[in-house]
Amino acid sequence: MITKRKNHLLGDVIPVIIIAAILIVLKEFKLISTSRLLILQYIGLYSIFVLGINMVNGYLGIFSLAHAGFMASGAYAAAISSKYFFKESWMFPLILLFGGLIAMLIGLIMSIPSFKAKGDYLAIITLGFSLIVQSFLQNWRFVGASKGINNVAKFTNIYWVYGCLLFAIIIVRKFINSKYGRSLKAIREDQVASELVSVDVKRAKTIAFAVSAFLIGISGALLVHLLGYTSPSAYGYTNIVDGLVMVYLGGMGSITGSIVGATLWQILIQTLKNLGTWRWVVGGGLLCVIMIFLTNGIFGNKELSDAIHAIRKYFSRSKTNKTISEETTK
Amino acid sequence: MSDRENRQNPLLHVSDLVVSYGKIAAIKGISFDVYKGEIVAMLGANGAGKTTTLNALTSVISVKNGEIVFKGKNIKGMPTHKITIMGMIHVPEGRRIFPSLTVGENLRAAAYLYEKKDKALFENRRDYVMNLFPRLRERVTQLGGTLSGGEQQMLAIGRALITGGDIVLMDEPSMGMAPNLVMEIFETIKKIAENGQTIMLVEQNAMMAMEIAHYCYVLETGNVTYDGTPQMMKANKNIVEAYLGS
Ligand SMILES: Nc1ncnc2c1ncn2[C@@H]1O[C@H](COP(=O)(O)OP(=O)(O)OP(=O)(O)O)[C@@H](O)[C@H]1O
Ligand SMILES: [Mg+2]
Repeated sequence: MITKRKNHLLGDVIPVIIIAAILIVLKEFKLISTSRLLILQYIGLYSIFVLGINMVNGYLGIFSLAHAGFMASGAYAAAISSKYFFKESWMFPLILLFGGLIAMLIGLIMSIPSFKAKGDYLAIITLGFSLIVQSFLQNWRFVGASKGINNVAKFTNIYWVYGCLLFAIIIVRKFINSKYGRSLKAIREDQVASELVSVDVKRAKTIAFAVSAFLIGISGALLVHLLGYTSPSAYGYTNIVDGLVMVYLGGMGSITGSIVGATLWQILIQTLKNLGTWRWVVGGGLLCVIMIFLTNGIFGNKELSDAIHAIRKYFSRSKTNKTISEETTK
Repeated sequence: MSDRENRQNPLLHVSDLVVSYGKIAAIKGISFDVYKGEIVAMLGANGAGKTTTLNALTSVISVKNGEIVFKGKNIKGMPTHKITIMGMIHVPEGRRIFPSLTVGENLRAAAYLYEKKDKALFENRRDYVMNLFPRLRERVTQLGGTLSGGEQQMLAIGRALITGGDIVLMDEPSMGMAPNLVMEIFETIKKIAENGQTIMLVEQNAMMAMEIAHYCYVLETGNVTYDGTPQMMKANKNIVEAYLGS
């Protein structure tokens, strides 16, 4: 079925704009408590994080655990740049860009093992990478070793977060609709066969890793300027697992799914905070239940616009059966 | 076939090709030529090195020694996707279609480079494939993995044709198919050649291959032991005994 949907991009961007408008009203008219506002910012920045993970783990179909390392790189690079070079608040875009670019550089390097290694081996390599980054930071005096960096300017606010999210969505969409993006499905299925139909597998992987790391780096930069501090302990196993949970929860290879996954998981862990350690039991249990009943995550690889399309179709079917049968024969 | 007689400008020229897996040489220095417009068959028993040869041509595996000249250019060691862009396309052993993509998506995946820029070309080639294999037309929305073995072979050939190209390498297109379907596939291969694409066919089914081939090479444990036209092959007692049975 080849149906034309020119408004595809708009279909996913418009909800973000609506949400942004609501956020502005909520914040400017002080209709929301500070703690809720903080959760909203977590949701936004982790959505960017999850979009980044989805590039590699979802669209490219590689089980990577490098996201903690990418986030740490972006966060630290951004924090250092704002402490020593970009001290003014109007320089925040440069700080974010710097964090993203440093992470992207590292992402480019991390794409190299994916040319040859695969499956479990690649998972171990990327895990090793994340752990190396963490222990490197733990031992590097200049960035405070295990104490981390403190007194970072708190430049992040809700507008920056959602502005970046919009930007992230556009980047991901652009990539998915590029010729490399369109060949990802084939690469996921059979790498050699895709090369035989002239897909440049290495280039597609390199770009996917670079974009992924760039987005994750930006989410790290936002996080460190939201909290005002960072330390290596934030980029260990918990971060790795958190990232995977949000991606699988929302759906692999879906922009809507990334945002939904980040939203649900952030609300869950933030509201369960007063349960102490027990929140992991409740959260983990819920996760098991969801994954048993929704094996592909909430959105699978579908988008919001697909859902709207399906609903429209459902209603038009009840009106006329004729148009549907015409459409399916196309 | 005057080009072959004159030994002029082969489309594909391979000389002293050596391929080894670890220390064991699977291809031990073979040479062959394919001329424009021909169907060339490479025959050989299990393990003779037919698949290895094709994989070496498109850099799916690396070549140890020798020369591969395609359209006058040495393509040894060139990345696979660049070779296919140059016009050598390869229908791999075991079909290797994309199982969880539909038939239509399988074809589109092969056109990813030009589909957006040149819609007409894509539709042209797709129609061409659908006319060659009407069964695919009925199954555009079916998942590749749920096609029968024969249909998967058709899809694999169709997918390669969508990519375009001057020469099509086919690795045992008749493998695991019922006799009447084998006939059908071979008829189609003949048609593809008549429409202007050169074909290099690797086959165990020597009888069928010789029906349509213009020239044959016989491969035995990594060496070309015989080459000639199908008529010459049929006149050779040893070949008839070894490959054509009875
Ligand atoms: N990856 C590999 N590693 C080691 N040896 C291999 C490998 N692939 C093939 N071989 C060996 O190389 C030789 C040639 O194999 P090849 O697959 O080219 O044969 P073939 O002529 O295509 O046979 P068939 O008709 O059974 O497909 C065989 O002896 C095989 O065992
Ligand atoms: Mg073989």
